[in-house]
Amino acid sequence: MNNNTEHSSDPIARLIEEFHKLPGIGPKTAQRLAYYLIRMPGDYAHGLADAIVAVKDQVAMCSRCFNLTDTDPCNICSDPQRDETTVCVVEEALDVLALERTHSYRGLYHVLHGAVSPMNGIGPDDLKIQPLLSRMNDEPISEIILATNPNLEGDATAMYIHRLISPIGIAITRPARGLPVGGDLEYADESTLGRAIEGRQSF
Amino acid sequence: MRLRTYKSQGLVLRQYTLGEADRILSILTPNMGKVRVVAKSVRRPQSKLRGRLDLTNIVEFSASYGRNLDIVTEAQVRDDHPRIRSDLSLLSQAVYVCELTDSFAEERSPSRDIYQLATVTLDLLPDSHDVWLVTRWFESRMLEVAGFRPELHSCVECGSELQPDDHMLDLAAGGVLCPQCRAYGIGARVHITESAMRVLRHLQRSSRFRDVGSPNIGRKIKNQVEGVHTRYIRAILERSLKSEEFVRRVAESELYYDSGGGAASSSSV
Repeated sequence: MNNNTEHSSDPIARLIEEFHKLPGIGPKTAQRLAYYLIRMPGDYAHGLADAIVAVKDQVAMCSRCFNLTDTDPCNICSDPQRDETTVCVVEEALDVLALERTHSYRGLYHVLHGAVSPMNGIGPDDLKIQPLLSRMNDEPISEIILATNPNLEGDATAMYIHRLISPIGIAITRPARGLPVGGDLEYADESTLGRAIEGRQSF
Repeated sequence: MRLRTYKSQGLVLRQYTLGEADRILSILTPNMGKVRVVAKSVRRPQSKLRGRLDLTNIVEFSASYGRNLDIVTEAQVRDDHPRIRSDLSLLSQAVYVCELTDSFAEERSPSRDIYQLATVTLDLLPDSHDVWLVTRWFESRMLEVAGFRPELHSCVECGSELQPDDHMLDLAAGGVLCPQCRAYGIGARVHITESAMRVLRHLQRSSRFRDVGSPNIGRKIKNQVEGVHTRYIRAILERSLKSEEFVRRVAESELYYDSGGGAASSSSV
């Protein structure tokens, strides 16, 4: 912390310090946020504080899909309109939000909470793979979509899961890879462009 | 005047996430050794570096000198090893090759031999009929080029020539002890059977992979040879490689897959 913080009264210094711990927040931004909050009406600050406390007290993992939720099972798992025969396996809870924003997927999810990262010592046991296998036994699943990130660690995770569940004989799919909407062809990496060409569709 | 940027070919050995969207990469280059660089915003979908700087990729990159870490400005993929990336067993071996290379390569010290060995090994993996043999040859060559070649022909203590027999490798001394010298010293040792010793010496003699040929090595001897390499490398690095466990798990899952197992009987998976 810089000099400004040292001269601040204790509660302000504490708030700046707490903001500074957040990802992407540097010391200057932390100070700006703290002084912004001081100037805001009391209700706003209390609302923010309550929301932070509530998120820590009430949000837990869904016992079925391991998404973050304040109800168990989560809203998606308990929605009768969702297709229970399709499960999309993702690395993080944020990936569920990204897929939900597409409005193109109506099945269920399974959040692994990470990807296999051999060099960082994160193995299959550190992920929610075993509960996925249990779901395969207990639920009428006919398709698994392995939507892990399209990088080496995501691919390794998908291949590992594929190896475990393929003997069951259900459909196992992976999202298509191709050019991003609104992007320039010349900036596409060789691997993405190659896959986009391989997976071309009739026009 | 010192140039502000440089270009090189390199093998991406390791990556760590940094902040919200950046990554720190460890890239092995032939002329500058291992360099640690930052790829800014590489995790964002809009990044022009995205998809290029993945592990095991051989890239052509430009970087600008930074105060602590250099910053990647451009990158193009030379080889992203598509066959390795589509096969879990090959992928696990490739990750192990990268981690071992990362452990032995020095930062900012020319390492043409190590670079060549790592890239040749990644090329060999998908084409070889025996991935195990490629990885053991790689380990043997890495020990050689990094200056840790174990002495397997004469006693590391007294220099006497070793007779065909079972032997003991003294991990700290970096070589095999004769029966007389074995009685002295208290350092950690690994037992090497006569058959395993033949394989270890053969690997050590083979400077190119094609010199290894296609030896018929039984599972038991393979386990012994692998065990000797693993323990010797651990003794040098004073730690285990994290990817060892992943390689083991993948091999287990392969057996499980081959036996036709499934989630229905997956409690041990």
